Parts: sequence; C-alpha cells; structure tokens
Amino acid sequence: MNRVVAVLSRIGRLLPAYAVLYIGFLYLPILLLPLFSFNDSKILGFPLTGFTTKWYGSLAEQTALFDALKNSLIVAVVSAVVATSLGTLISRAITKHRFPLRRISQTLVMAPLVMPEIIIAISLLIVFLGIGIGTTLFTVILAHSLLTIPFCVSIMTSAFGQFDDALEEAAVDLGETSWGALRRVTLPVVSPGIISSLLISFTVSFDEFILAFFLSGNSPTLPVYIWSQVRFPAKLPNVIALGSLLILISILFLLVAERFRRRSERFTQQPE
Amino acid sequence: MDHKIAVNIANVSKSFGSFRAVRNVNLQLKEGEFFSLLGPSGCGKSTLLRMIAGFEEPSEGTISIGGLPMAGIDANHRPTNMVFQSYAIFPHLNVEENIIFGLARSGLSRSEKRARAEDMLAKVGLEGLGRRSAHELSGGQRQRVALARALVLEPKVLLLDEPMSALDKKLREQMQMELRALQRSVGITFLMVTHDQHEAMTISDRCGVMFEGKLAQVATPHELYQKPNTKQVADFIGGMNFFDGSIKANGGTRLEVELPRFGQLSVDAHGVSDGIGAAVTIGLRPERVHIGSERPEGADVAVPARVIDRAFYGETIHYYLELEGRTDPLIASVTNFERADHFEIGDAVWSGFRGGAAVALPKK
Repeated sequence: MNRVVAVLSRIGRLLPAYAVLYIGFLYLPILLLPLFSFNDSKILGFPLTGFTTKWYGSLAEQTALFDALKNSLIVAVVSAVVATSLGTLISRAITKHRFPLRRISQTLVMAPLVMPEIIIAISLLIVFLGIGIGTTLFTVILAHSLLTIPFCVSIMTSAFGQFDDALEEAAVDLGETSWGALRRVTLPVVSPGIISSLLISFTVSFDEFILAFFLSGNSPTLPVYIWSQVRFPAKLPNVIALGSLLILISILFLLVAERFRRRSERFTQQPE
Repeated sequence: MDHKIAVNIANVSKSFGSFRAVRNVNLQLKEGEFFSLLGPSGCGKSTLLRMIAGFEEPSEGTISIGGLPMAGIDANHRPTNMVFQSYAIFPHLNVEENIIFGLARSGLSRSEKRARAEDMLAKVGLEGLGRRSAHELSGGQRQRVALARALVLEPKVLLLDEPMSALDKKLREQMQMELRALQRSVGITFLMVTHDQHEAMTISDRCGVMFEGKLAQVATPHELYQKPNTKQVADFIGGMNFFDGSIKANGGTRLEVELPRFGQLSVDAHGVSDGIGAAVTIGLRPERVHIGSERPEGADVAVPARVIDRAFYGETIHYYLELEGRTDPLIASVTNFERADHFEIGDAVWSGFRGGAAVALPKK
C-alpha cells in the first residue's frame, strides 16, 4: 500500500513537467510561423538563412490577398453583429421568462456547437443552391451567424444570469418605459458581455474555413484564399507573414474579450 | 378624521393560477404615516406591495392613491416609488447618477438635478459621496442611495420591500431608527413590508398583520401587542401563553372567566360577546406572569409550579414552568434586575397574574 502511494506521489511530482511538455508540443508549432516569416528563404525549414522583413513589405502588393482580407472583415463584422444581437435577445428570453419548450429551444440554439461543421456546410450548400440564392458572401454571413450564435448565447446567458431583475423594475418604477429601461439600464449593465460576445464571434468567423470554403463561391474569405495559396511555394512566405499578423490580432482580440467578460461579471454581481 | 387617505385598498384579491395570494384585503393608509405590512413569508404582503407599485394588477378590487384609481396605470406613471429588497442600485452609474435617474423626464436642467441630488444625499447622510461608484458602497450606503433615489421624485407613497434584510443586526437597528427619523422629516407615507415583527413594531405608526393572503389585524404596535385579535396574531407578535376557560359573566367590556385550577378572574372582553358558559381563550404575555418563591402579592390568581427549563437572554430570563393539569409549559419572562430572584431548574415556585394583564381572544 505504502509503495503504491510512494509511486503515485513520484508520478504526481512529474505532472507539472508533463504539462509543460504537452503544452509546448501543441503551441510551439504556432511560434514557428512568426519565426519563418522573418527568415530570408522561400523554403520553410531549418537551418534559418537570415533575417528579413521583406515578406511583410511585399504583402501590400498582393491584391487578391487584400480582397480576401476585405471579404473576411465584411463577413466577420456583419455576422458578429447579427449573432450578438440575436444571441442577446435569445439569452434574455431564456434567463428572464419561463415559456413552453424553453429547454428544447436552448438546446437547438446551442446545437451548431457540437454538430460537425462539414455536415452543416454540406446541408447549407444544398439548401442555398436549392432555393437558388447561390453562394456569395451573404451565404457565408448566414452560415457564420448560425455558427457563432451559440458562443454569443453562452456569453450573454452568463451575463444575464447574474443580472438582478429588480434593476429593470427599479428603472420602470422611477418613470422609465420598458424600452427606456432596456436602453438606460439593461443594455449598459450587460454591455461588457455584448462587447465580449462581438469580439469572440468576430474571431470565430474570421478564421472559420469549412463553411466559408463551401459557401463563399467566387469571393473567398482569407482562410479560403490562404488554403488556395499553400500549393504555390513562391506565395508561401507572404502567407506565413500574414498568418503571423493574424495570430497577433487574434490573441489581442481574445485578451480584450476576456477583460470585458470579467468586467461584466463584476458589474452584474451583487456585492454582499 | 384629521388625516387624509393616501392609499385606499378596497376588496383587493390577487390569484396566480389557482393560488390565491391576496384575499379580499381592505386597508387605508393615512397621509404621512409609517405603515408596516407584517407576516410570515408567502403571506401575500409582497404581492400587495407590488400591486400598489403597479408591477401586478389586482384580480379583483381597486387601489386608489391620493384619491385616483390606479387601474390600468403602469408602474412608471404611478405616484409611488420603491426601495427594493436588493436595493437595485444601477451598477453602471455613480451615486449621483443613480439618484437623478428618475428626473430624466422632469425637464429640470442638469444643475437643478444635481442640486436635488445634493439635497437628498444630505438628507440620507451621504454628503460628498455623489461621485462614488455603485460597487464601492457598503450595504448601509446602498440602502441610503436607494432611499434617496426614490424620495427625490417626491412620491405620494414610498414602498419598502424588506429593506433591512440585507443588513447585519447592528446596522439594521441603526438604520431602523434612521429610517423612522427620515420618514418624519420628509413627511411622506411609508409602506414597509417585513417579516420581522420587532422591526415593524419599532418603526411603524401602524401595522397590518397578514396570514395566507388575509389581513388579520390592523393596529398600532402597542395595540397589536396588548390586544391581538386572534391566537395567530398573538403567537406571531412575540410569545403568548394561552389558557382555555369558560365565561361566568359577560359585562360587555369585562369578562368574568373561570380558569381550571386558577379560579375566577376578570379580564378585558376585547369584543368577545359570547354568553355565560361559552368556552373562551385567554392570552397572557410572558412578562405579565409573576413568579416567586412565595405566593406573589398583587396577583389575582396564583398556583404552585415547578421550573423545568430556563433561557437566558441577557436583559431577560425566560422560565418554563410546569403546572399541574396543563400540557404546555407556562412561560414567564423576568427582567434581569440587579436584585431579581433567580431560580434553578427543578425549583418549586409560585406563578400568578392579574386579570388586568390578560386579554380574551375572539374566536375566528
């Protein structure tokens, strides 16, 4: 018995080392991207040949790449706004009211989170082609809204979950209409949640590949464009440079979103 | 009548599905009085408050405020303001912005609003804290902000929903006295809902006691304590010893009652109109029970008893007395005087009381 405990405790002491190795194995490859983006060679690999910023410099000349970037920004901004608006309304309904089929509708809303994206992509493609609206940025926006609503609902449900309903009643009691109470109290109080939800859904949409690949038609989003460029070695260093920039932007976005999420918790919590 | 009626509640009932939360309540609040609705949780007192505020509509009956019927008037247009149990301080606004929230549609200029806020802050004892943000406030300060925010709109009635329940005992007692003083200085009708009978008795001009949606009694705290209308009210407001007896003579205001073993005594009839021979219940507060090692002087009736338990409360001591032929112990509350007699468990004592200290309880 004592021997088992001793062995277990020795294994236990190795756990932190294991965790570090594990995280390193998963995350270090991402760091290779920025590393190669400053390497003065068209071939991705060691040994490094020299330092350069020319891949970043020549990014500006890639017009097709910039079109794709523009497409991605349009899709990400519009679907973030759509998903956050709908997600906020859904969350308010779920947290404030008790209505028939409440749990089922909540499950339905969250379903895209666990459904294989490839299945969603194919079914949407069949529907869009079937009803004759074809594949454009608009269809990507629809698909990305569907995909990001669960994220928005999670964030906003947690924001509203700690929201004291008496705040709305107090606003009405002090003379506001129910619209005024929403505008002057409810939305400002959960605004950190709304911002966090906008940032998260923007990020999810911005780097989403499968849905965009199936549904973007002749206007590729950035991930779709990058994928198409990977086949041409000459274009690869530019793509790597762009990828490094995107990693940086994504990390910044997530940090800001997390900050707002925490602020939202502090806002809505009742101090004891 | 020298007082005008601030709120008139006439035959008001409220049902939620098959649950009847409020049953045929009639109540009039006078202008400028501090009224408390008192009762155990779930007795319908909060529902009644929310109907006055306009958050619920009565299923039956009418509510008028300042002579105007309130049916169909939404909460935002009623001359009432509320202090919520959670205080509902807007967390994204500072203290001053919270207070002037309701003045948005008043047409006042920014500086006039700020002057009003300053005024209210002084009244509730928060001078200079206008810039404080909501999450920097203590429990007591939050309550003061909630009061200021409601009172700045000069409502006809201020509604308070369990305003002390979030405060600790010491602060609660302090805020009770402050709330009383504030009500006197602004002269507005206050209607407070509470389940704490001490709180209601301490601050109110009048109290209404509710059980299961019905208003059982409306009276001053003193009357409520000395002359409860029913056994239920008597039991809820402090402790009460009950005796079953029979009527020997009914003189209208006084009642001659025969109590088994104690003998005959004369008590306040308190509206009991039954004739000779009818059964009657007598209530006696524990502090009106005399206890001594000899037969207590001045007691109209007295019997030997035995101490079976004792509870020490500091300022008072409660003795639980076993009496021959009585199942419930008789509770005697004795002030912890410097020279008070102390008894031990098992001591043989005398217990007695005066007829004037007891009251007959109408059967309901």
